[in-house]
Amino acid sequence: MSQSLTQLLLTYLPLIVFIGVAAVIGLALLVVAFVVAYRQPDPEKLSAYECGFNAFDDARMKFDIRYYLVAILFIIFDLEVSFLFPWATALGRLGQFGFWSMMVFLAVLTVGFIYEWKKGALEWD
Amino acid sequence: MYGAQLPSLVPLLPGLVLGIGAMALLMLGVFRGQSFGRVVDFIAIVLLVVAGAVLVALPPGKLTTFGGSFVVDDFARFLKVLALIGSAAAILMSLDYAERERQQRFEFSVLVLLSTLGMLMLISAADLIALYLGLELMSLPLYVVAASHRDSLRATEAGLKYFVLGALSSGMLLYGASLVYGFTGTVSFSGIAHAAGQETGAGGTGLIFGIVFLFAGFCFKVSVVPFHMWTPDVYEGAPTPVTAFFAAAPKVAGIAMFVRTAVMAFPGITGQWQQILVFVSIASMALGSFAAIGQRNIKRLMAYSSIGHMGFALIGLAAGTSEGVQGVLIYAAIYVTMTLGVFAVILAMRRSGGMVETIDQLAGLARTNPTMAFFMAMLLFSLAGIPPLAGFFAKFYVFLAAIKAGLYVLAVIGVVTSVVGAYYYLAIVKIMYFDEPAESFYSMPAELRLVLIVCGLFNILFFVYPGPLVGVASAAASSLF
Repeated sequence: MSQSLTQLLLTYLPLIVFIGVAAVIGLALLVVAFVVAYRQPDPEKLSAYECGFNAFDDARMKFDIRYYLVAILFIIFDLEVSFLFPWATALGRLGQFGFWSMMVFLAVLTVGFIYEWKKGALEWD
Repeated sequence: MYGAQLPSLVPLLPGLVLGIGAMALLMLGVFRGQSFGRVVDFIAIVLLVVAGAVLVALPPGKLTTFGGSFVVDDFARFLKVLALIGSAAAILMSLDYAERERQQRFEFSVLVLLSTLGMLMLISAADLIALYLGLELMSLPLYVVAASHRDSLRATEAGLKYFVLGALSSGMLLYGASLVYGFTGTVSFSGIAHAAGQETGAGGTGLIFGIVFLFAGFCFKVSVVPFHMWTPDVYEGAPTPVTAFFAAAPKVAGIAMFVRTAVMAFPGITGQWQQILVFVSIASMALGSFAAIGQRNIKRLMAYSSIGHMGFALIGLAAGTSEGVQGVLIYAAIYVTMTLGVFAVILAMRRSGGMVETIDQLAGLARTNPTMAFFMAMLLFSLAGIPPLAGFFAKFYVFLAAIKAGLYVLAVIGVVTSVVGAYYYLAIVKIMYFDEPAESFYSMPAELRLVLIVCGLFNILFFVYPGPLVGVASAAASSLF
């Protein structure tokens, strides 16, 4: 057991070396920037960069939840289609079980769709 | 392959009741409006009861379907009934809270039903894919209900935290599952058990890596150290009825998943995973005992208490024997009753200013509400494991199994930490009985009183007639081996 374990772990040796090198280089760059860099901050430098304009708003602004809602609804129906494609091409070989599985899936999805419709999630204003 | 044939749906019936019922309720609620919420809650409880009745009425013995990936055996029956009880009690206990806090949303009951459906799936899962599907179906509604107070900063934080850490743990679990599949070539538990028995050498090492990741994912879900960090924050931040739900039913399902995977998929290599379990249960018991001492918020305290109790329950699994699993099952059943009873009291901690959550608010409860104080004290004694209450027997059976399996150190550490843990339970009893009374609470709503009294009496009277539970648990455990 321990023999084979050592062998297995030995095959990972390059990986460990790589992680070590990556860590050293990454740390070195950070530390060098911290130690060597010439620092003279002023308000203009510290302010957020907005395409050359003066910053006019907080970065953490609120935005409409409906963007999320539309994105989520899109993903659900997008996934539905990506399930339907392979199902449709292989339907001949799937038989009854495959057919009814997809029908149940679509029925569950329809229930969700009716719910969101009634809740008004599809109305923009 | 089951190919063209439709699989038998009989073992699925309880789940179908919940699934179709939940969708019907969703439609009912959305078409009839929020004023119908109360009715939806009641129908949801009825559905859970019906699902339990259907489950008990299923033909006896071991039923399988979907090519063996869905198994209903005595083990599944026992834990499913427990999960259904936990969910039904959680909905029952949310009724009064929802009304008073103006948080009536029928979606809560529907989400609990869907989550319970996931639990039923998880408890029966006998391959890695079914296990993952059940786990996600259980967890996704939990993330949503944790954040169901949309305007409360704490609740949304709890929901987000739970979601992010839950996703992380699912990722770990999937990584472990993919390693196990890669090294054994199958996802079914019996196939894995067969392949694991023959594996030696590099393949065996890879399999152990897979087991470690898989178990790390499980540990997240049942919240044992070192994967417990989310528990106190989520318990404290989530609305109290939601916390009551989190503390009971999903824990049962998590334990079921843990036990079934360990016992059915990796029986030949017990020595490899036993050390993981010994470590996590010692760490959980220790943290659950020591970290709870400083807590002032009772929901946070219950979070640490649940971490500790999961540690105790896993002692039985660490033993890896049929007796050990029997101990785990008894522990799970008694833990559910203790937790539900305590949360009934926490939900009744309401006075003129609204809900209160600090332990000091319980001061002098023995004088302002002696019945509530008595049952609360009994439940706390039971949580501390003091004979002759039920909590003592729960610990007794797991310690017994550990000693018979030769895990003396584990059993001794378990006893020591349970003594430490007794300190903070008894501190609450002291506050209730010997401190100057605080302002009294509003009288307890009938359904909370029902839950408290049923759980309290169960814990007090368990020692009179422990036979049925122990017998059923023993049959359930032996159905796994």
